[in-house]
Amino acid sequence: MCVKIGGNGADTANKIVATTSMEEHPVFGLSALELARIQFGFTVSFHIIFPAISIGLASYLVVLEGLWLGKGVAVFRDLYYFWSKIFAVSFVMGVVSGLVMAYEFGTNWSYFSAFAGGVTGPLLAYEVLTAFFLEAGFLGVALFGWSKVGPTLHFFATIMVALGTLISATWILASNSWMQTPQGFEIVDNRVVPVDWLQVIFNPSFPYRLAHMVVAAYLATALFVGASGAWHLLRRHDTLAVRTMLSMAMWMVLAVGPLQVLIGDQHGLNTLKHQPAKIAAIEGHWQNTPGESVPLILFGLPDMTAETTRFAVSLPHLGSLVLTHTWDGQIPGLKAFASEDRPNSTVVFWSFRIMVGLGLLMVLLGLWAGWARLRRQLYRSRLLLRFAVLMGPAGLIAILAGWFTTEIGRQPWVIYGVMRTSDAVSNHSPQELSVTLLIFVLVYCAVFGTGISYMIKLVARGPDASLGPKAENLHRGPARTLFTAAEDADLATDLVRE
Amino acid sequence: MMGVDLPVLWALIISFCLMMYVVLDGFDLGIGILLPFVRSIDDRDTIVNTVAPVWDGNETWLVLGGASLLAAFPLAYAVLLSALYIPLVFMLAGLIWRGVAFEFRFVAGAHRAFWDKAFAGGSYVATIAQGVSLGAFINGFNITGPSYQGGALDWLTPFSLFTGIALLAAYALLGSTWLILKTEGGLQKRMIALTRPITLTVLIGIGMVSVWTPLIHSEIAARWFSFPNLFFLAPVPLLVLGAVWAMLRVLNRAANAAPFWLALLLLFLGYSGLAISLWPNIIPPNISIWEAAAPPQSMGFALVGALFIIPFILGYTSWSYFVFRGKVKAGEGYH
Repeated sequence: MCVKIGGNGADTANKIVATTSMEEHPVFGLSALELARIQFGFTVSFHIIFPAISIGLASYLVVLEGLWLGKGVAVFRDLYYFWSKIFAVSFVMGVVSGLVMAYEFGTNWSYFSAFAGGVTGPLLAYEVLTAFFLEAGFLGVALFGWSKVGPTLHFFATIMVALGTLISATWILASNSWMQTPQGFEIVDNRVVPVDWLQVIFNPSFPYRLAHMVVAAYLATALFVGASGAWHLLRRHDTLAVRTMLSMAMWMVLAVGPLQVLIGDQHGLNTLKHQPAKIAAIEGHWQNTPGESVPLILFGLPDMTAETTRFAVSLPHLGSLVLTHTWDGQIPGLKAFASEDRPNSTVVFWSFRIMVGLGLLMVLLGLWAGWARLRRQLYRSRLLLRFAVLMGPAGLIAILAGWFTTEIGRQPWVIYGVMRTSDAVSNHSPQELSVTLLIFVLVYCAVFGTGISYMIKLVARGPDASLGPKAENLHRGPARTLFTAAEDADLATDLVRE
Repeated sequence: MMGVDLPVLWALIISFCLMMYVVLDGFDLGIGILLPFVRSIDDRDTIVNTVAPVWDGNETWLVLGGASLLAAFPLAYAVLLSALYIPLVFMLAGLIWRGVAFEFRFVAGAHRAFWDKAFAGGSYVATIAQGVSLGAFINGFNITGPSYQGGALDWLTPFSLFTGIALLAAYALLGSTWLILKTEGGLQKRMIALTRPITLTVLIGIGMVSVWTPLIHSEIAARWFSFPNLFFLAPVPLLVLGAVWAMLRVLNRAANAAPFWLALLLLFLGYSGLAISLWPNIIPPNISIWEAAAPPQSMGFALVGALFIIPFILGYTSWSYFVFRGKVKAGEGYH
């Protein structure tokens, strides 16, 4: 049973309250709604980078520890140590930036929370119950427990941490997808009441979004790991560990790059079915001419007031082919939607193209590396290695661009077709929001800027065996910390240089 | 779920989560509060190492508290969080600073002194912000319909500032007694010496709040000072006095685990006192848990998960504490 209800319930309830709220004085011409959105967008954009890396690295660590335990080859152990340090920094930043998100739903979007908390609350609670504690409980053992537990139990802890990251992604994407394609609920007394939880969780866009995001996390991590390996090789730091991580990463890019293109295509078709206005905005497609196919606009500048896409460079028929998989199919144009129901095409047109462009470059990197491998040039071709270094952040940029596309493309709705974003925002003044935004910007740039620079510093040290704890210490106990061990080695290198 | 009072069950679960948070993150915020009183770098490393493997799980109880509140009492989540917007932003900023400082101080090298300050500073800011939020919560909120209608600075009162400072003392007590449990030698002696004045400060804090609250809220005064309530509730303040007396006594002998358990008892009593004062309101002064409750379908669905999974969480959290049990020695890092 699919219950889909139009937006009047939430609208009327909130407008009554909205009229009583105080008169606003915009800050820098930005209204409270815009500032609340900027604040949320800023914090969530910073946040998503870390879980994405954590999801990918946690699974990578499972593979590395499995290979090490299975084959007993030391290089996998060295790589485990190396990447577990970077994982620790990334994970911590994901935890603290995620804590902010759990509270921001209430601080910034109190009407949304009061209205839809009956659906989003339990999903979030399940995420914490099934995932966060699993990660937190086993992370300590995975990172610090080498000397305290046996190898099997340690491996189990690593698997639990990785499983936690995936379970977490599942619940949060179920919640987000429900906001995109809501079903399985009724509106009673001006609030959402869940009717069928399976319908709520397995809403139409959920499987596509989940697959797209998890694969994106794997891809972004593979690109990051690959770029680290390539960077070391370019600096003639040619060790087995460096080669191994580049090789593993390039296999991964080759495998999941094209897979992601397929998933993305299916996700797009799903969006066309359930959120046609978003697709029209992404394509900068304003109206159909009867009987004519839809061109694919490669580049252009959608103009929301003039209702046209300026400077359009387009290929005939290709829009139809990509979106309907037929030669002459049509998709709804933006003009088919009331102007107050249209997402901002100028933004999503470009964010989408950045994502797709980077995605195609990733596929190219995978193919090129595969070809170089066949010709035994993978570790030698400097052009390829440079390209791999450049593509290091591409996965993360593509993830951000993709989220901008899907979230801004959902506007003006917070729950698609049910509640408008303007009815969801708390009654804070623009002054209050701009002060807190300033605090967030300062803290985030200082803290996460430092964190990212530490991650890069750690990467630059390289997975050298001499940096990790000695082999005989494993499972009996590194006397020093992982980090301080690295510090010592650093100090030693510095002394040698001097 | 017939016959089960879901809002009451959820109120108990959320109280339990917050209690777990206060206890667990309380001692690791507490060690941040105490860090400026310890000069030696080795001692500081030991102190941080006592919580390094477990702090992340401790903070997760705060996330569970927030998520459960959204799931079970969305109205309370919406009103409380928007009313406490500014102190909560400070709390989150503080928790971010100290959370990353855990990791960064080990990679930082020359910047270690800076991250120690960030760790301590973040702990102070987060604790005061939590205490201020608690005070504002006791004071109550001005709401109409589903919306907070008060001003942006309503949370700021002499009472809330006082609870902010009082919570510093409470967390410092948890931190110092935790360190008595986890360390030895000179550091442990120093913590025993610090614990005495901290315990008395906590007693004064509890006493002030106990007098101040009924003075400004007549309904809370009525609850405590009417018959037969007075008779049933009298054990709470008496136990507080007993716990303080026991604490001062065990500190004079070779103290180890006892002070920590007594500190937990004190915190638990203070927490119970607040619960008695405020029950059954979830948005003081007058929105009850039944008025703020989510639809039964939401509460029931989430309840299944909570009842089934929380025991497992407690299980593997205890296991993790068990793995890292015993004294942390100087120079021995888990990191």
